[in-house]
Amino acid sequence: MEKQLEKKHPLAIRWLHWVNFPLLAMMIWSGLLIYWANAVYGIRIFGYELFHFFPPWFYEISKVDFWGYKIPDYLPAWSYEWSNIPFRLAEGISLHFFFMWLFAINGIIYVLYTIFSGEWRAIVPVPGSFKRAILVTLHDLHIVKKLPPQGKYNDAQRIAYTSVILMGAGSVITGLAIYKPLQLAWLASLMGGYEWARWMHFWLTIFFVLFFVVHVVQVIIAGWSNFRSMITGYDIVDADKPQIEHAEVKA
Amino acid sequence: MSEDKEILLEKVLELERAKDLHEDLAADNTARILNEKRRLSSPMSEEEARKKMTGRSRRGFLVGAAAALTGIFGWRWMSDETKQSLLRRTFEFNEKVAQVFYRPTRLSPEFPPEQISLPPRVNGFAGMSEGFDPASWTLSVGGLANRSDDLVLTLDQIKALPRTEMTTELKCVEGWTIIVSWAGVRFSDFAAAYLPKTIDGSLPDIVNHPENLVPYVSMVTPDQAYYVGWDMPSILHPQTLLAYEINGQPLPLEHGAPLRLASPTKYGIKQIKRIGRIEFTADRPKDYWAEQGYDWYSGH
Repeated sequence: MEKQLEKKHPLAIRWLHWVNFPLLAMMIWSGLLIYWANAVYGIRIFGYELFHFFPPWFYEISKVDFWGYKIPDYLPAWSYEWSNIPFRLAEGISLHFFFMWLFAINGIIYVLYTIFSGEWRAIVPVPGSFKRAILVTLHDLHIVKKLPPQGKYNDAQRIAYTSVILMGAGSVITGLAIYKPLQLAWLASLMGGYEWARWMHFWLTIFFVLFFVVHVVQVIIAGWSNFRSMITGYDIVDADKPQIEHAEVKA
Repeated sequence: MSEDKEILLEKVLELERAKDLHEDLAADNTARILNEKRRLSSPMSEEEARKKMTGRSRRGFLVGAAAALTGIFGWRWMSDETKQSLLRRTFEFNEKVAQVFYRPTRLSPEFPPEQISLPPRVNGFAGMSEGFDPASWTLSVGGLANRSDDLVLTLDQIKALPRTEMTTELKCVEGWTIIVSWAGVRFSDFAAAYLPKTIDGSLPDIVNHPENLVPYVSMVTPDQAYYVGWDMPSILHPQTLLAYEINGQPLPLEHGAPLRLASPTKYGIKQIKRIGRIEFTADRPKDYWAEQGYDWYSGH
């Protein structure tokens, strides 16, 4: 059967995507060091705390013994620190206020590139996307057999990817309100004040982590050639499939 | 017979293709609605496609691995001193950026009295050594225009300056906040009464030419165990007070009696309690928490 190479991800998108991964990881890790200086958030219903950030098991993970080996034996050295939370607020702040520049600049370049290259057409949802995203979810849960028609991404992906970009913007904006609550008092007051800006900043982080978990699971399910396309930019597709209008690329 | 079957199969496939095409072009395809284009090479054999892909994979993964290793080992190979100096210089860069956008006319929000956090949280004991008698306290002021020695002031002399009240949010660097009502003297009123020296020895004019003043203020507790440095624009902000009352009461010892700094322009670590000496200075003053890796500026 005849094949075609399809260019799926431009070079810029691939670099911006992969560079964002360690940057976001550093923002979350340094954010945790800051949070641990005053760990107050939890999920409360009628004054009863269902879940506290973070519960004791979060720190116990690194102590679990597997036939003489502990989880941190397989992980970087810092994972040991989970079991014995150090008071490292100064380090957390200095790392956070260094990597914030790189995280924000990387994000801004990504958004600008997406707009000017036309890549936004593959990522943004339209009003009908919400209905189709439900069908995609039902398909992923093996409840319905057929996937709705799609381009590079299905409608659930469009909503997820657009949301995570908006979350990134939200983290930068709430972060600015916490960083300069006097000079940007108008921004903090838009969020209901400094305390609420801080609360939103924290919850956005939790949702980044949830996005990351779902993203990795979906990438594993989608398989190797999909993952490879995020590294090389290309994927192999069947040539005899009817094609909608397309641009020729050199392979 | 087998020929007929083949024709039939062809027909079925063609119909299938037409159906697929119809679905790709359907109005409920977001990609179609937004005119998303595919980028495809010309058709080739499976073998050729696989060969081309292998070449691309090798290149892509090698470049990716090289970039990842450079990042990881680059960060690891950096000595702790290099890392700390990089982070300190980033704080200083951030300070410069903040000063470009700084406007003294912007104010921190004030709160109604019913929102005051009671009792006010007590935090920070450095510089609060035992055996201190607020009744015999005096304030030394150095770096004034027209004199080289310290001026010594009593609390009554400070209270004689215009009184200012404000109810603002105190933000701790740890992440918690409390709403506190303060009363005291605006630092800018204090500096107008006791003029700081200037860089070039010209007459100080804190209203029209604050940029001619020496750029820093140092403040130290009487036992010299706690000390902070402030930049001139932040200390002259209208919400920076030399406070002698908290929530309508004279400052108790644990909140910095008899005189402390109160200001929503910086974190609590900069709002020194029990001030013993104030000095206007051209050199960046040392700072207790900056020495422990915190941001010297810590400005809001």
